[in-house]
Amino acid sequence: MQEMMKKRALQLLQDGTVERVLAWKTGEFSYDITPAVFESAEEIEKDFVYDAFCAANLSKYLVALSKKEGKTLAFLKPCDSYSFQQLMKEHRVDRDNVYIIGIACDGKADADKIKDSGIKGIKNIADNGDKLVVETIYSESTELDKKDFLAERCLNCKSRKVVIYDEMIGENGEVLDSNRFDMVEKIEAMTSEERFEFWQNELSRCIRCNACRNVCPACTCEKCVFDNDASGIANKAAANSFEENMFHIIRAFHVAGRCTDCGECSRVCPQHIPLHLLNRKFIKDMNEFYGEYQAGEDLETRPPLVNFTMDDVEPSIVNEKGGKE
Amino acid sequence: MQIEKKEFKPTIVAFCCNWCSYAGADLAGTNRLNYPADVKIIRVPCSCRVNPMFILRAFQRGADGVILCGCHPGDCHYTTGNYYARRRMTLLFSMLDFLGIERGRTRVEWVSAAEGAKFAQTMNEFVETIISLGENKRLEDLRCKK
Repeated sequence: MQEMMKKRALQLLQDGTVERVLAWKTGEFSYDITPAVFESAEEIEKDFVYDAFCAANLSKYLVALSKKEGKTLAFLKPCDSYSFQQLMKEHRVDRDNVYIIGIACDGKADADKIKDSGIKGIKNIADNGDKLVVETIYSESTELDKKDFLAERCLNCKSRKVVIYDEMIGENGEVLDSNRFDMVEKIEAMTSEERFEFWQNELSRCIRCNACRNVCPACTCEKCVFDNDASGIANKAAANSFEENMFHIIRAFHVAGRCTDCGECSRVCPQHIPLHLLNRKFIKDMNEFYGEYQAGEDLETRPPLVNFTMDDVEPSIVNEKGGKE
Repeated sequence: MQIEKKEFKPTIVAFCCNWCSYAGADLAGTNRLNYPADVKIIRVPCSCRVNPMFILRAFQRGADGVILCGCHPGDCHYTTGNYYARRRMTLLFSMLDFLGIERGRTRVEWVSAAEGAKFAQTMNEFVETIISLGENKRLEDLRCKK
């Protein structure tokens, strides 16, 4: 896969179709991969990488890159393609300035899970199809099953279909029957007090690093409400829980109806807060109250929050359909 | 020594739309209908003006309950404002409930300019609910406490 992508990227760069390539390169460790923009063949030869740890969603970078002169080649995974199409719908990216190569995805691995399984001193992790080969400073190498170390969001993947592309590498997948709302339902089944405890437990770890906001492909406002000094969410004073509640409710609300459920927020959270659960709660509610809707799936349908019908449910529905009292 | 037992006096914030509910509150007043003085009315141009953040801010600054009143669906002065407000508030209330905030603390009621009696009755009921729920502890901000 990596070689095919590399070859195609070099071809398109050399024949002048694109000016730059948006893909991934290795960071400090082989499993610590960051998005990168390549502008020359040498850079691609040197750094270009694609493996099980290329998890970052690239579509948000295209907001800026598609405004530059010349085309940008972007490799988009299924998740990224949903986000890209959603950004197109919001007129945030210029489709004509982007050359999209869709890449098939069978789930990304989570290096933290490998570390948590007790393997110490990891030097290198190689992606070998279904297996991950871990090299440590103590022994030669250990082989692990990739499916045991998939990222949380990939365990209940909603779709393996790249929804928008100029060409595909690998075979395009299908929309899957996922059980992504299971955890949301489990929380709803708790009593109100237990839910409060659960979320305080999770949200109180928030260090307000804003990584969830910065990485989110739906959060593309140039001026964010949280950049306001008076927003009162930046103190992280050990006063009480209000700040966290406020920040996370508003963050999730601002992307409600536009969130494609790519799971980036949870992936980047340094405190491992399951932030996508808040987004999924909104998605679940909207599906239930206003009909099935998947953001980024197409360019025509109206998102639920900029739409209405005369006989929408009343807010008092929460008393019947909300979680346990 | 006797410990003085203080009766709980809730703070209720009511966002009322200028065209219907605010006039409804006015009518309740001119009709001399009683409703508790704990209700603090904030006039907004339309129920749709109410940003979810307003509701959270009200709780932060010490409200024990927040109620949003607007024109009946279909009667909005701006034609469609309250339809959008209805969707937004449904989702917000559902999220608050999901986070374990007592669901009785938030409410939406449609009150027209002719429904002074309904306004007074709604406020009486709502204040009663809030008194039974007690002080807002789960969404309070200690820095804002007097």
